Amino acid sequence: MEPIKNHLQVQEAINRYANQDVYIHLETTNGAYASHHDQTFFSAGAYIRNALVRYEHGKITGTDPYRVGLKINLGWIYAEGLTHFEIDEEDRLLLAGHDNKGKLAVALEISTTPFE
Amino acid sequence: MEKERHLLVVFPHPDDEAFGVSGTIATHVQNGTPVTYACLTLGEMGRNMGNPPFTNRENLPKIRKEELKAAASAIGIQDLRMLGYRDKTVEFEDDEKLANAMLSLINEVNPSLVITFYPGYSVHPDHDATGAAVVRAIEKIPAAQRPKLHCVAFSNNCVEELGEADIVHNITAVADKKLAAIQAHRSQTEQMFGDVTEKLKNQDPQMMVWINNERFWTYKFE
Repeated sequence: MEPIKNHLQVQEAINRYANQDVYIHLETTNGAYASHHDQTFFSAGAYIRNALVRYEHGKITGTDPYRVGLKINLGWIYAEGLTHFEIDEEDRLLLAGHDNKGKLAVALEISTTPFE
Repeated sequence: MEKERHLLVVFPHPDDEAFGVSGTIATHVQNGTPVTYACLTLGEMGRNMGNPPFTNRENLPKIRKEELKAAASAIGIQDLRMLGYRDKTVEFEDDEKLANAMLSLINEVNPSLVITFYPGYSVHPDHDATGAAVVRAIEKIPAAQRPKLHCVAFSNNCVEELGEADIVHNITAVADKKLAAIQAHRSQTEQMFGDVTEKLKNQDPQMMVWINNERFWTYKFE
């Protein structure tokens, strides 16, 4: 993955997947050990893999870290804290937010085929 | 360490075996005991991607699968099973189905000793769920025919509630194999224990005590 420097590159990718069936991976996480290492820490996260949706438009906003929102038929998908992106060898758009230790905190991925 | 007929190790993530148990496994292998390691997931939800990132969410499982194989081979495990569950979803599986999957594994392997996590005292939901499934599976076996069950626990309250571990293996004799197993899980260990290599090189006393002693609680069935 590489740091999102030119957000237009990501915007173009988001546009390419608009108005067609796409599979979404979305997760946020503090890690399963957060409350073990710090008992005052309230750990929360959410995860959805292979949600089949269609969005009419999507947008990347913010300045590093970035936010991405997708307007789907009956609602919304969004992620914040995004720092890195990649179009992988299977032509999927992978977006992720990594903290300063390189730990993933959020991921939003868009694919025209189901994720494994 | 007692000689076993067959050791079955059941953990949910690649690297769960490395820190707490790999010395014990390597010792059993050295004693000529066959070892089966069933690893439920590929650690798909691991968070260490590196800075700069060396991988991504979709490629991480491929890396961890290779690391798991390398770690298993470092400690001499010949029978490595990857069960195909998904990281952080084990606790949401159907309890009865999961227990039955564990039971069929136990029936097939016919171990005299099983090692897993102590349910309720192992911090990660996958750890607790895996341990609980193994306990439920063994409970289905008539008491006289059950394998021994040794559990790993490390929650903050484990000593307070379970007492001190009743089994402590000093594994210094195979420490080199254990370190090789830990190092095999590079994607995880480099970040998690950033200075571990340095401390090991310097034979840091605290680190050596931690590395060289593996603790287990014998599970007491009701």
